[in-house]
Amino acid sequence: MTCKSSFVYSKNLLNYHFYADHPFNQIRVRLTKELLKSMNQLHEHSIMNPRMATDEELALFHDRTYIEAVKLASKGELPSSKQADFGLNTDDTPVFEGMHDAAALIVGGTLEAIDAVLQNKVSHALNLSGGLHHGFKRKASGFCVYNDAAVGIQYIREKYNMNVLYIDTDAHHGDGVQWAFYEDPHVCTLSIHETGRYLFPGTGYVNERGITKGYGYSFNIPLDAFTQDESFISIYENAFREIIDFFKPDVLITQNGADAHFLDPLTHLNSSMKIYEQIPLLAHQLAHEYCEGRWIALGGGGYDLWRVVPRAWAQIWKVMNDNQPFTGKLPNDWLLKWQKEAPVTLPTYWHDLEEDIPVIPRKEEIMEKNNQMLEHALSYIKTQRNLK
Amino acid sequence: MLVEKIMKKNVITLSSTATVLEALQLLQEHRIRHIPIIDKEKHVIGIVSDRDVRVASPSILDKQANQQVLKKEIREIMSTPVVTIHPLDFVEDIAKIFYEETFACLPVVREGKLVGIVTEKDMLYTLIQLTGTHMPSSHIELKVPHEPGNLASILAVFGKRKLNITSLLIYPDHEDSNYKIVVIRVQTIHPLPVVKDLQTNGFEVIWPKPLQGAEE
Repeated sequence: MTCKSSFVYSKNLLNYHFYADHPFNQIRVRLTKELLKSMNQLHEHSIMNPRMATDEELALFHDRTYIEAVKLASKGELPSSKQADFGLNTDDTPVFEGMHDAAALIVGGTLEAIDAVLQNKVSHALNLSGGLHHGFKRKASGFCVYNDAAVGIQYIREKYNMNVLYIDTDAHHGDGVQWAFYEDPHVCTLSIHETGRYLFPGTGYVNERGITKGYGYSFNIPLDAFTQDESFISIYENAFREIIDFFKPDVLITQNGADAHFLDPLTHLNSSMKIYEQIPLLAHQLAHEYCEGRWIALGGGGYDLWRVVPRAWAQIWKVMNDNQPFTGKLPNDWLLKWQKEAPVTLPTYWHDLEEDIPVIPRKEEIMEKNNQMLEHALSYIKTQRNLK
Repeated sequence: MLVEKIMKKNVITLSSTATVLEALQLLQEHRIRHIPIIDKEKHVIGIVSDRDVRVASPSILDKQANQQVLKKEIREIMSTPVVTIHPLDFVEDIAKIFYEETFACLPVVREGKLVGIVTEKDMLYTLIQLTGTHMPSSHIELKVPHEPGNLASILAVFGKRKLNITSLLIYPDHEDSNYKIVVIRVQTIHPLPVVKDLQTNGFEVIWPKPLQGAEE
């Protein structure tokens, strides 16, 4: 199977940059792109330039006052008394020059990806700079200024009138996107994340199911810390299959945060690279089964910039194109070039070595708890099915 | 926190001459579990719960049952006298009433007149807010010697990093009464720098814990 796909890239996407040591760093997108090039799996004709999202497009989801505030902040003209209101100039989202343009370009990249797929130019498209799922209507949060996923989904609703299934496998709850469509029965969201008991943002309980007409179209599966591969993959497969069969979407959007890995400094799910092979494989398969292939994949979190994210994200592109994850050794030229820059030793293989993966003693207990969450999350579908 | 801050002001009520059927319908329509019964001057003269009404209703399994009971007046089944509270009571005191008694709803009365209602559910919602988990934030947990000044030093560390705290809770440490567990929810996706600062300042951080913590 080979699928025609587009890869959104421009060096300007790297302008979304807070400061040198900030954990969110779009060098990840460049590292991934170069890794794919080294593997000879990314060709110039597949690369698509992002465009700048217009204010009208941003306003599909964001408040005009917020957009204006971001613009002012980008020029250093937003008074500090107003910054906190909009979540700007905090430790997470410090203001930087050109922030509006950088953030709007990411949104435009997602919109381009959506247009390419929904106008049947390609089957799938990937915008790794996107997936900024914490952005709120009028507030920056969790490293996210504009929420490209929320803007993109609303864009699909208004321009193409399609039903959208959004699957979020970032280790953090996809709160911004969930709340954006909490009342909308045409947008179904599933977020699988580390429990918010400890981790940011704290929301994403299994009983957050949507309200009014949107009731039953928000799904959340909070997983225990130290969940690891086996339980994660089994929950992901079960939930994804049940929900897509229940909702029968026209188009699939996935948010592919790569921060559930055991090397990630911010989270504790402790997965290995295995989940980053399985996540796109199933998304790809189900996109063809239910959506005539229409699948837009976005990036997201991922804070081990060197060892985890490039490998994880390269697999999405590989699977998107020929349904076969990379195996074996990483390309030498890429390793040689980037080992000089990296503060850590780069891995040699696409997979993680067995001896590097931490051993977690409470495995059975954690699996049982996660399965219970899955049951809870899917209980609404089961009652609906029984009613029929 | 005062009761007037958490009470619902829009109270669904009935008069004592309303029928059991009216009460049943009202409970279902508004998805509530309690109806204060008031007189013309808004004095609370009784209260009915969904359980009172159900006990009084004929079984839904018994098709021949006498439906006449539904026409009876509510005063025949209402509970009286009613425990009421004042808008200026403390929420903490109300929690004790709920814990000790078997009912789950308290009408709020000012100058003899009904002005609001507080249920166990409202109490729990208040608790959720106290824990700060309804706002985007990360959880940091410390084990701190139970001595003066420690909390001030901890909070100074957060202040230096300009981190906004959404909630702060102090629990007893059940394993060692010389210590307290301090739980802070802070508005950041990236708590590691402040965790490092706390450790540098000599505080014992229980969460987030390093990976080897999993192998305990």
